[in-house]
Amino acid sequence: MSGETSMPQSENLAARYLVDSPHLGPAALERKHRVEQDPSVRADIMGYLPDMDQIDPSIRNRVMAEMDAYDPAAYTAADVRRALSHDTCTLDDFKALLSPAAEPFLEQMAQKARLETRKHFGNTVYIFTPLYIANYCENYCVYCGFNCYNDIRRIQLNAQQIEHEMQVIADSGIEEILLLTGESPKKSNLEYIGEACKLARKYFRNVGLEVYPMNVNAYRYLHECGADYVTVFQESYDRTVYEQLHLLGRKRIWPYRFEAQERALMGGMRGVGFSALLGLAEFRHDALATGLHAYLLQRKYPHAEISLSCPRLRPIVNNDAINPLDVHETQLCQVLCAYRIFLPFAGIVVSSRETARFRNGIVKIAATKVSAGVSTGIGDHEEKYHGTSGDADAEGDEQFEIADARSLQQMYAELEEGGMQPVLNDYVYV
Amino acid sequence: MANMNDPLVLGGREFHSRFILGSGKYSMDLIQAAVEQAGAEIITLAVRRANSADGESILDHIPAGVTLLPNTSGARNAQEAVRIARLARELGCGDFVKIEIMRDSKYLLPDNAETLKATEILANDGFVVLPYMMPDLNYARDLVNAGAAAVMPLAAPIGSNKGLAAREFIQILIDEVDAPIIVDAGIGRPSQACEAMEMGAAAIMANTALATAGDLPLMADAFRKAIEAGRQAYVSGLGRVLVRGAAASDPLTGFLR
Repeated sequence: MSGETSMPQSENLAARYLVDSPHLGPAALERKHRVEQDPSVRADIMGYLPDMDQIDPSIRNRVMAEMDAYDPAAYTAADVRRALSHDTCTLDDFKALLSPAAEPFLEQMAQKARLETRKHFGNTVYIFTPLYIANYCENYCVYCGFNCYNDIRRIQLNAQQIEHEMQVIADSGIEEILLLTGESPKKSNLEYIGEACKLARKYFRNVGLEVYPMNVNAYRYLHECGADYVTVFQESYDRTVYEQLHLLGRKRIWPYRFEAQERALMGGMRGVGFSALLGLAEFRHDALATGLHAYLLQRKYPHAEISLSCPRLRPIVNNDAINPLDVHETQLCQVLCAYRIFLPFAGIVVSSRETARFRNGIVKIAATKVSAGVSTGIGDHEEKYHGTSGDADAEGDEQFEIADARSLQQMYAELEEGGMQPVLNDYVYV
Repeated sequence: MANMNDPLVLGGREFHSRFILGSGKYSMDLIQAAVEQAGAEIITLAVRRANSADGESILDHIPAGVTLLPNTSGARNAQEAVRIARLARELGCGDFVKIEIMRDSKYLLPDNAETLKATEILANDGFVVLPYMMPDLNYARDLVNAGAAAVMPLAAPIGSNKGLAAREFIQILIDEVDAPIIVDAGIGRPSQACEAMEMGAAAIMANTALATAGDLPLMADAFRKAIEAGRQAYVSGLGRVLVRGAAASDPLTGFLR
């Protein structure tokens, strides 16, 4: 396993994330502790549930084989120099650029990444905003603010509330929206998400989804409802780490999550987004797998648009000690430059998990899309946008703390000041 | 040292030469010397254009052990190409076929749309199909999805000896298509063959460059060496090119903490 070379793989990998809510009853606490402490009671992460589509595993197998064989320490400065001199970045070049040997070449990588970004995107930067419409979740992912054992205010917006949020956001000028729910197929079922997509089509020109993985037919339905871009974060491609951090729920089924983007394309979606959550496992392996996953899927579905995100772990409600370990800004910048050089045509999204300073810098190098006017809570856009006090009972807690709270207007102005061209939409759904 | 046990696999068969030789435009009595000097294991044969008059047969001049690659030269559409391919198989020329379909008698440029149709039919019929084509990524993918064992893009107009005129498009095929890319047509010099191999081409097909050379067997030997050198360079991984005088600018990474 890849993780063995890098991160400590103790039984207690999850320990730093675990928090017991005082509101859990004895039986619930006992269940929680058992699943945390006894791997034998957890489901097999590789075993599909009966209702899950199973598709051709060849891309998954290739990504796993390359990831398992990757030894970042084997690459030298000469490998990095050679990679930087190539017109086309090979897989081996990508591995070199992600290795520790590339860190001293970060400025050269940034220069090359900027050239590639400019060739494909000019100086444009797209702006979007996420809209969380529910935060119910049936999974126990120990690092996530929405996990089913975390004691937070839960809410699911009804159609009227969703439309109100959309009006507030659309009034701010945003044209592209990303709809998110916690991962609860029971609470946020397909019809609920479909209705939200139909509403979104009334207010926005571009509707993306970041919801739980679904079967092909479900993606087809949501495409008909108006969504045409699906993002699924794999969190970690390291199966050992994944097993230890995703303890309960459908999300635990690792291959079904891996194949979500392909099913979305089979369902007719225009494009798909990929990501590992950096800081969960050894980040160089996760970055390799993310980039290769996107590369291979685009190769199999040449019409597909692909994009990558590069989130790092953030503090959550009830656990402000969560941090991205050894993925500092320098390492994050290295990963983003390597992504750009390996996948010159891919969109790269940098979210409000990062600071304004970092985002202002990285859009000049590799990023092509940023969020603005962000709330990761539920039902609080009016309060956040206009300062008016909303109905606190109708608001749900956030998934994680953001680091860049700039509004659309601020973001737009600062991008222009930095010599970039902000773009609010570049695609018309037909 | 890279592993040079590096066969070219076509239709499940392994070849150790990456030079595919044409058999047209030169005297039949030179074929054996050409094959030997080229080290070729595959030689093409234009079934429709073979001289069928009484007398010697080209087949008598092709050394034993060399794989015949019948081509459909002269076909104007998919239907004719399929018919020529089936005739070749019935004549005992094997299951390999190079599809060539031209609707233009002046430049002999391949018709990708008809080639795709013929590829689909012949691949389903058990042929090892090697389609000659204009280097177009969408068609190359479609050809492979239709069952082509390799794709044979032209480098320049056939017979022109003009070299890698379509270099950028061939590079795209090499980078993006999951099948061997055999550069066919237009290669005029060993150095051009070598360059195509350095780019990652799987093999070179040449005919006119040899047929029009002063000393055909000697040129065949030169091509063999060039193709081998290019392949070795590709497998070993080309070194970096120094860029001199790069403009100094404000560091892009100065914002990092």
